[in-house]
Amino acid sequence: MSEDTSTRRTHMADAPLLEVREITKFFPIKSGLFGRATNSVRAVDGISFNVLRRETLGIVGESGCGKSTTARLIVDLISPDKGDILFDARRLGTDLTLNELRRNVQMVFQDSYASLNPRLTIEDTIAFGPIIHGVPREYARRLAWELLSKVGLDPKRFAGRYPHEISGGQRQRVNIARALAVKPQIIILDESVSALDKSVEAQVLNLLLDLKKELDLTYIFISHDLNVVKFMADRVIVMYLGEIVEVGPVESIYAETAHPYSRSLLASMPSMDPDHRSEHVALAGDPPNPINPPSGCRFHPRCPIAIPKCKTEKPLLHIQKTRGHLAACHLTAQQQETF
Amino acid sequence: MIEQKTIPLDEYTRSPSYWAIVLRRFSRDKVAMFALAIIILLFLVAVFAPYIAPADPLKGSMLRRLRPIGTPGLPLGADELGRDMLSRLIYGARLSLFMGITPVAIAFVIGSSIGIAAGYLGGLFNSLTMRTNDIFYAFPSVLLAIALSGALGAGVTSGLLSLTIVFIPPTARVAESVTTQVRKLDYVEAAKASGANNFTIIRVHVLGNVLGPIFVYSTSLISVSMILAAGLSFLGLGVKPPEPEWGLMLNTLRNAIYVQPWLAALPGVMIFMTSIAFNLVSDGLRSAMDIKS
Amino acid sequence: MTQQPLVKISDLHVLFKGQKNVCAVNGLSLNLLPGQVLGILGESGSGKSVTLKALLRLLPAHKTEIRGLIEVLGRNVMSLNAADLASFRGGIASMIFQDPMLALDPVYTIGDQIAEVVTRHHGLKRRDAMAYALDMLKKVRIPSPERRLKAYPHEISGGMRQRAMIALALAGNPKLLLADEPTTALDASVQMQILLLLRELQKESGMGMIFVTHDIGVAVEICDVVAVMYAGQIVETGTIRDIVKDPKHPYTKGLLAANLHGAERGKRLETIPGSPPLLESAPTSCSFAPRCAYTQAVCRLKAPDAVTISKNITVRCILETNMNS
Repeated sequence: MSEDTSTRRTHMADAPLLEVREITKFFPIKSGLFGRATNSVRAVDGISFNVLRRETLGIVGESGCGKSTTARLIVDLISPDKGDILFDARRLGTDLTLNELRRNVQMVFQDSYASLNPRLTIEDTIAFGPIIHGVPREYARRLAWELLSKVGLDPKRFAGRYPHEISGGQRQRVNIARALAVKPQIIILDESVSALDKSVEAQVLNLLLDLKKELDLTYIFISHDLNVVKFMADRVIVMYLGEIVEVGPVESIYAETAHPYSRSLLASMPSMDPDHRSEHVALAGDPPNPINPPSGCRFHPRCPIAIPKCKTEKPLLHIQKTRGHLAACHLTAQQQETF
Repeated sequence: MIEQKTIPLDEYTRSPSYWAIVLRRFSRDKVAMFALAIIILLFLVAVFAPYIAPADPLKGSMLRRLRPIGTPGLPLGADELGRDMLSRLIYGARLSLFMGITPVAIAFVIGSSIGIAAGYLGGLFNSLTMRTNDIFYAFPSVLLAIALSGALGAGVTSGLLSLTIVFIPPTARVAESVTTQVRKLDYVEAAKASGANNFTIIRVHVLGNVLGPIFVYSTSLISVSMILAAGLSFLGLGVKPPEPEWGLMLNTLRNAIYVQPWLAALPGVMIFMTSIAFNLVSDGLRSAMDIKS
Repeated sequence: MTQQPLVKISDLHVLFKGQKNVCAVNGLSLNLLPGQVLGILGESGSGKSVTLKALLRLLPAHKTEIRGLIEVLGRNVMSLNAADLASFRGGIASMIFQDPMLALDPVYTIGDQIAEVVTRHHGLKRRDAMAYALDMLKKVRIPSPERRLKAYPHEISGGMRQRAMIALALAGNPKLLLADEPTTALDASVQMQILLLLRELQKESGMGMIFVTHDIGVAVEICDVVAVMYAGQIVETGTIRDIVKDPKHPYTKGLLAANLHGAERGKRLETIPGSPPLLESAPTSCSFAPRCAYTQAVCRLKAPDAVTISKNITVRCILETNMNS
């Protein structure tokens, strides 16, 4: 599923920093005596998107939609079955080595406890990346100290500590410092604030905003929390069952939501007004299992406005009212044609 | 810009390292420390045997056969060939401890290497190695030890060899399982995402987190090793007479149970005490290493 | 004429002993009327889960020191003997957890587990108990309830497990349901389904509910009254409307300000500086003072009393004490 050519033309003006093309990953399910693959989990199914310089691209979706797998495919922690990654117009494998990609695209993980080696001190953890890339040890240590200050932790108090001695919010700051240590241009934040208390989350989000401005960073912000993505992102991708169902600028995604799944997802957020509580379930059933996805439009079994065509024909991403806003739905596409 | 100044170490809080914390926690565990004291005592007894033992463990006298405990000149009695029991027990510590620890130590090195490699690399290598491992693991250890010893012949070296082979599979299994768990953790993925190669990742991130649990498991095998070695000697494999070794002594004193039961039980008491001490130390280590609780 | 409260907690103190002591709850008092839904809003370390567990006596006895009064339907929970405690749990008060796998035994089918509770509390024979269990599953709107009755916990999805756990908790027909962050780990769509289900079940049965959460949106959807906890104490209580529209305690104000709903995109959020206290010893002054923008000298010397402003609203802050004196 690729973006419309008109949007690609407008993006060529400032070329995307990262391009993901038709990336696919199926996880085989092995069974039987010799572990032959009988079926696959179709985690990510041929998605394509761009990340522009200095933007924050949000990726939202529920469990099983493939957003975390996508993050790992970008940095090749999982090898894609098909597709290409291009960084700064250089393709991984031909004119871009894996090491160069990894230096430029770093990841901040979710579970902050398992994301730090319990046997290494904080400064050793942060210094590890630069040392791997050839930075002399003393310099790497000083770099670690500088980064600790930058993320709001006093190096004198924290450099020699171990992960089990610091709090969740502090561990996430260390995670961010570690990602910054190799001086990347893109940082992927995979549910990085999901496990934190709301007040700590606010502190970490402020830190991310400050760092982005100061260091001229580009973010890919993955979350299941729509409020956080609305706050942080410039553009948003909505994923469902391994595919992109909607993409566009954040304001129009939230104000003029096109795809029925995105609409249901937004309607599922708890109300903040005690006088107007939610009365109906917007999205019934469970997030589906990506082993045998439904035919045609994958959302059709749960869709409130599905028509017969939705079962047989898979919708492509069609342009919506606002520029750069696309959705994969037959019904909204039809609406567009009447314009 | 980073200033080129040296960082004085006393200027920043450096927490005690993991092993320092483990040692501190261990030292607070009274039971474990007591057991450790017993083991150290046994070691000293074994090392200084020639100076401590009152008599020659190999010199017997038919006149003094099966003297009871407390006989003047024979504090723990004499065995079926008239040899001083106390001296034989003291000298026996040497071989028994040796047969207990050496196979486990060698198996630790070999088993960990196999297991960590299999656990980290996964895939076909893992399947091949671990399934082969399972074949050996399927044999009950006593049977396997006897079979191997029987094939290799009696004697200390072959006894050591067969015991080492018996202990490699369980060690490898534990190593593989712990490594597989650690490999999936986010910090290993983060290290990969930093661009480190496999060797560096294993050295910096995996080993430190994996060797601990494997080591604790291995210490729990020491008592098993002692008992198996004693068993082998009892059956006539392993240590050959007249060498003093607790298991062998149990064998030769078998018939004395009807005449001097307390005497005949003495080597068993030593085996029992030493095994328990090693197990308690192993338990203590495991609790000390469990920092999160 | 005042109703007898369903739950009455007076001056509860919970201390965890160990290498390091933790004063998890420091003087907590609350009342829950029958049919009321009380939310306990707080962050990690505030003592909210500990309070809930104390109500069912789920805290490890040898490590915990509990002082204070806990009464449910007029009976002192701490003094129940083993037999009474067993009928109390599930029959009068029940609990649902964040992780349904904690409540569901992996080696028994869903039907077996619910039937066990039914047999215990209603004394029915097996076939009737199974029929009751099926009814419970239908009540929690689990799809294909007949099939789920025979399924094992690992065979059903996360959302269904949550429903099964609710069925299990309600099978004994309790008067009080305790909920410890049951929706925190769920996707937004499933969370909304579960919240609406709980709301419905509560209205139908008229049972009281204490719902622990750190998410204000969840509290809005399900609670009538809210108690905000910080450092083992309740710092503010009020109706959900009062708390959201007119917060009084500086901590509550800070929580609402840090909320992302309605925040301006890309603009720094207002945060509460610092982090919660370690609680190694019981607080002698206001626990929030180090992080409070309105601190006065007296805040660091003496702990503020709880001031009752109106029928539902109490605030534990020097500002309110000053205003009312």
